[in-house]
Amino acid sequence: MANYHPLRSLYLTRLREFYRQPARLFWVYGFPTVLAIGLGLAFRSPSAATIQADVIESSAASQVVETIEAYNKSRTNPDPIFKLKINSEADAFRRMRSGKTPLVVEVKGPKSIIYHYDPSRPDAPAARAAIDSVLQTAAGRPDPVTTVDERKTEPGGRYIDFLIPGLIGQNTMGGGLWGVGFLIVNFRIGKLLKRFAATPMPRRDFLLAILLARLTFLIPDVVVLLGMGVLFFKVPIVGNIGVLILIEIVGALAFAGIGMLIASRAQSMETVSGLMNLVMLPQWIFSGLFFSSERFPDMIQPLIQALPLTQLLHALRRVMLEGAGLFDGDILKALGILTVWTVVSFTIALRGFRWT
Amino acid sequence: MSDLAIRVRDLRKQYPGRDGVVNAVNGLDLDIPVGECFGLLGPNGAGKTTTVEILEGVNEPTSGEVEVLGRRWATDATAIRERIGVTLQETRFQDKSTVFELTELFRSFYHRGLEPMAALERVSLETKANAYVETLSGGQKQRLAVAIALVGDPELLFLDEPTTGLDPQSRRQLQDVILGLMAQNRTIVLTTHYMEEAEKLCNRVAIVDQGKVIALGSPADLIARIGGEHVVEFALLGEPPSADTAEFQQLDTVLGVRVDSTGYALTVGAPHLAIPALLEHLETTGRDLARLTTRQVSLEDVFVSLTGRHLRDDETGDAPIEIKGRGRRKARRGR
Repeated sequence: MANYHPLRSLYLTRLREFYRQPARLFWVYGFPTVLAIGLGLAFRSPSAATIQADVIESSAASQVVETIEAYNKSRTNPDPIFKLKINSEADAFRRMRSGKTPLVVEVKGPKSIIYHYDPSRPDAPAARAAIDSVLQTAAGRPDPVTTVDERKTEPGGRYIDFLIPGLIGQNTMGGGLWGVGFLIVNFRIGKLLKRFAATPMPRRDFLLAILLARLTFLIPDVVVLLGMGVLFFKVPIVGNIGVLILIEIVGALAFAGIGMLIASRAQSMETVSGLMNLVMLPQWIFSGLFFSSERFPDMIQPLIQALPLTQLLHALRRVMLEGAGLFDGDILKALGILTVWTVVSFTIALRGFRWT
Repeated sequence: MSDLAIRVRDLRKQYPGRDGVVNAVNGLDLDIPVGECFGLLGPNGAGKTTTVEILEGVNEPTSGEVEVLGRRWATDATAIRERIGVTLQETRFQDKSTVFELTELFRSFYHRGLEPMAALERVSLETKANAYVETLSGGQKQRLAVAIALVGDPELLFLDEPTTGLDPQSRRQLQDVILGLMAQNRTIVLTTHYMEEAEKLCNRVAIVDQGKVIALGSPADLIARIGGEHVVEFALLGEPPSADTAEFQQLDTVLGVRVDSTGYALTVGAPHLAIPALLEHLETTGRDLARLTTRQVSLEDVFVSLTGRHLRDDETGDAPIEIKGRGRRKARRGR
């Protein structure tokens, strides 16, 4: 006589449903891997930066171009390389408008230059300053202060080091919202929830099985991304791996709760997809996935800090890159905010949950 | 006290609709004794499914009394769920589970029940035990749904349109499964809109229309109530059916005349008298037959004579006009 256990059966069913779908495996593991590799290559520490600029065609322009060419030949790594293009005025401005060049140099005479650029474009002021410095030095400007450049290309301070914890956190968010929310709505549309509700199945076991399965899928999620970061990009894990795991679990529970809340009453895929995007989009933008959330104005910082992804990413980075411990103020604050999200979303979700 | 598997009194279910409240179930009474195969018949939207879902405990009534196996949902929900088996219309089970795994999953919800393999054998699906659900045909999926309903070894089984959308062979296979269950003296509540299926399987049927039971009895009883036992259907060549049917009403042994968009249907006591009379009448009035068929009265005819409408959407056609008994009345639109 077999021994039947609803929680175990439900949990195993969830696992099977997942690993028997290779397409889903790709989206969950393959896609973030490809994304990380792509971004890692795009933002890898280059041996030397390349600075682009357009020079407007004029009789005096060739003087400037020659000066820069001379610099390019005599420069040593990691000083930047300049790539200049001589273009007609119209062409040069069109290229700047369409984002192909950050800077247009207009040479009025041997000692008169106008720089055209959009100061809000991050690389434009830097290009202007670099070219100006080369031209001024070549024209005989003395540098009264001796300066030395210490360049940070060590693991821990690079963009990829910032990116990997971001991708881990965003995968946790996606997994929680889609893995829980989409699944439940799918069951509801297929009348499977109603069919379950017509059995004596303990309802607690059903929801618990979904959560346990989610936490199980978290293991390969984190191992794949973290492993790739550590092996390919030498991303350091400065802090305690146990604290990292704890933060991930609490984060996963918070997103599973939000996923369940979104799915608790939704009757169609359109509704649930819309709600998912409504929840995820602000977090992709504001929570510091691809760049630091501190770039946003102070006024909206309290809102940004309240987003679960902000807290998850911040805590992951603090532990991985800076070695923060469990009792660090930031970590406790992050765990606290994530716990509040978990408790509140589950409470509301279960109260309003529709089985039909 | 009760050898009733189901007892329902004045059941009502209202939904908020766009033009005010919709009465899906509107004062419905039912008594179903243990061991009976009971059919709920009616067109789409008659309130069959809502009624069954309330009995199954997955929908809540607005008002009325419901007892299932002598228990009430408000106080004994888990006890009832342990004792009933359910198939819903079109449940989409997890595609990537095998037939056996899914049956085992549902078995795990019940304290006592069948071995999963035994449940699959009841519906002849044991050879598909290791197949993924997604590879099953429509008929096999329905049989799996029945196996899953059986796995808790229920005293009472609800089958909501189990054969809808199946090909004739799959339908017959599933009907054989249901006949097998009846042989084991289980109580079965079956909803269907296939009349011949209800005639074949059910001890008694209730015809439901607009949220109420409008006729109740054994299929033979209900058919007897219509008067005649035979239906003669015909159409005239080059002449659309006319609402004025007095000329056919007076023919020998004709009890009733119905008109629909394609022709006439006479309910007759004795076809061997009625048909010659009809032919003679057409001869003298100089008209030709386009077709002539005769058949036994079915539950479908009972339904049409009670409501003026056909049971299935695909048979609706134009609204027929009913002549017998209550005189002329325009039928309401189908659905």
